[in-house]
Amino acid sequence: MGGVHPEENKISTAAAIEEFPLPKTAVILMNQHLGAPATPCVAKGDKVKVGQLVGKAEAFMCANVHSPFSGTVAKIDTCKDAFGLAKPAIYINVEGDEWEESIDRTPDIVKECTLEPKEIVDKLKAMGVVGLGGATFPTHIKYSVPPDKKAEYLIINAVECEPYLTSDHRVMMEHAEEICIGVSILRKCLGVPKAYIGIENNKPEPIAVMTDMAAKFEGIVVEPLKVKYPQGAEKQLINAITGRRVPSGKLPIDVGCVVSNVGTAYAVYEAIQKNKPLIENILTVTGKKLEKQHNYHVRFGTTYNDLIAHSMGSLPETTGKVISGGPMMGKAVSNLDAPTTKGASSLLVIDEGEAVRAEESNCIRCGKCMNACPMGLEPYLFSALVKNHRIEEAGAHNILDCIECGCCFFSCPANKPLLDEIRLGKNLYRGILMAKKK
Amino acid sequence: MKLLNVSGSPHVHSDESTKKIMWRVNLALVPSLLVAIAFFGVNALLISIISVASCLLFQWLIEKFIMKVPSTIWDGSAVVTGLLLAFNVPATREMILLVIIAALVAIGIGKMSFGGLGKNPFNPALVGRVFMLISFPVQMTTWPKVGGWFPVNVDATTGATPLGMIKERLKNGENLSEIMPDMPSLCDIFMGHIGGSLGEISALAILIGAIYLLCRKIITWHIPVSFIATAFIFSGILWLCNDEQFIDPLTTILTGGIMLGACFMATDMVTSPMTKGGQLIFGFGCGLLTIIIRNWGNYPEGVSFAILLMNSVTPLLNRWFKPKRFAN
Repeated sequence: MGGVHPEENKISTAAAIEEFPLPKTAVILMNQHLGAPATPCVAKGDKVKVGQLVGKAEAFMCANVHSPFSGTVAKIDTCKDAFGLAKPAIYINVEGDEWEESIDRTPDIVKECTLEPKEIVDKLKAMGVVGLGGATFPTHIKYSVPPDKKAEYLIINAVECEPYLTSDHRVMMEHAEEICIGVSILRKCLGVPKAYIGIENNKPEPIAVMTDMAAKFEGIVVEPLKVKYPQGAEKQLINAITGRRVPSGKLPIDVGCVVSNVGTAYAVYEAIQKNKPLIENILTVTGKKLEKQHNYHVRFGTTYNDLIAHSMGSLPETTGKVISGGPMMGKAVSNLDAPTTKGASSLLVIDEGEAVRAEESNCIRCGKCMNACPMGLEPYLFSALVKNHRIEEAGAHNILDCIECGCCFFSCPANKPLLDEIRLGKNLYRGILMAKKK
Repeated sequence: MKLLNVSGSPHVHSDESTKKIMWRVNLALVPSLLVAIAFFGVNALLISIISVASCLLFQWLIEKFIMKVPSTIWDGSAVVTGLLLAFNVPATREMILLVIIAALVAIGIGKMSFGGLGKNPFNPALVGRVFMLISFPVQMTTWPKVGGWFPVNVDATTGATPLGMIKERLKNGENLSEIMPDMPSLCDIFMGHIGGSLGEISALAILIGAIYLLCRKIITWHIPVSFIATAFIFSGILWLCNDEQFIDPLTTILTGGIMLGACFMATDMVTSPMTKGGQLIFGFGCGLLTIIIRNWGNYPEGVSFAILLMNSVTPLLNRWFKPKRFAN
């Protein structure tokens, strides 16, 4: 149900993954994941190596942070992230590229994994692995299934339904075997018979590569999926593969599913088999006006300005907006001095013409927002209710089910900023619920 | 330093716009306009032009001097209202000037008094038409005689619409078996070679426009199909019960305003329900009321009243018929 077909614009598909050069200085944010920030465990003046633990996870919902660089800790302070929020951070003067000895940097592929599920989870926790699909949910928590729940399906999200993004595409083309090993490890960890890798039909090459590779592994199935945004949204993906629907306010595990991004599967392989903590990611640098499109292996802590300087010199004259993530759900970057984090999947340069919203006009009650909504909600109604401060009514119409995919705003002929209003309404309604609990 | 834009997602937009939708509706009305000009001549053209021009003018005046908001006349919606209004009046010479009053009522009361496009509960063109029907009953029920192709001056004002003629003669105690031989052939009815309001005569031209709107996904099949099917089935049942008093279902749906109403007026986005379920009920209500008014009301035609009545329950239908939630 619902969904839209935005222009795909996957113009960086052919760009092979390049190593991004080391910056001179780097900033490592302490919360690059969903949950509480990690606690810095180095001090000013300390020498650090690549892969050394620098931020320790102390809260339950937290993930370890490792240094992606070798060098000296310049200071421990706060740093504004790409969206202008100050976060605790470790500043590093990068010196050389000295790695922790425990990390296996050889290109050899390690297939065997003898670890028990519990050990796998502990190692994922130690290595600071988080979900790379965007939400940065700590992976070790996701794979510690509570005793009263049972996992039946492992689903790997390789849909990449966002326009422009190609990092998942490239990682499948170049690291299919590692991904399949990672998926096998996760499958073992959950104790489920089968893992399904969902890929949208518009990526025939990755489908072919992954299908060939999956045939060499036990219990991995590649599922080509219909092209429709947001096919890769967690609930929609679960529905497409298993036919099950995650009920309102519930988690995938409540219907027996665990979903991880394909990039996460690759990170799991590196963490478990190569002892490599999560210190880098594949990041697409793309835009219609850019001369060259890139997919980079970028270490977290490299700033957006570093990315721009190396990949294009400077932003094109006519740039109107820089987005971290895809154009449907990504966030507009307001601070280019900010470092990249575990959640960053792309740097997307949007031209002036497309960067400005068209003027808003009256709702003509065409119902396009409602028909586009993959959750079967009524965005026009939320918009009206939120404007009139009727937040509890919006709650009664399931406003919290909104997954913020943006289909409503995308399809609105009157250019109403529906999702802005819905986000506001969701926050207000959550506030009301919290107040009621107290 | 150059500043970058920062705004919430999504950062791209489909190429849909209100303007595109409205101009496409206008395009869909062109076949019917051409048929009207072919059968009613220059009067039809003049009425249409004056109706559209006055709708634009009144909207512009109201927006500029009363509401004091930027003008929206080129979004195409006033043109739609103007055309539909012209389509709903007889193509007689009197109408050329009277249509200006209709336009004032349609735009002023039907649309702008509620706040403009999107806020009106009733279809503005129908508000204009019903106002005229009540205020100028003679002029609104005096029909030009259907002549040949492209008549330059249609002055005969005696030709009635098929529905009007049947109603009149049934009242005089005649039976349908006596009346029907005087009716135009079904082929003429389908092509539009019959008396009637300016834009309602040709089912064929209306269907061409409707198919275009369906392909463009501006309307869905739900309202037109349930409207026409309800009218067909209900009148069919009546006809089976008594074929001397009730018109056969095919003639029923092809004459009068059912086709125009079902395809262009009842499907008006602003005043019809949004969910498929609501739309089916809406169309059903329109069809049912039309047949009731036609057979037991004072007027020979009931489409305008039926749609306006159903417009009034649209908010309720939107409340009762919710889209199917994904997570429930």
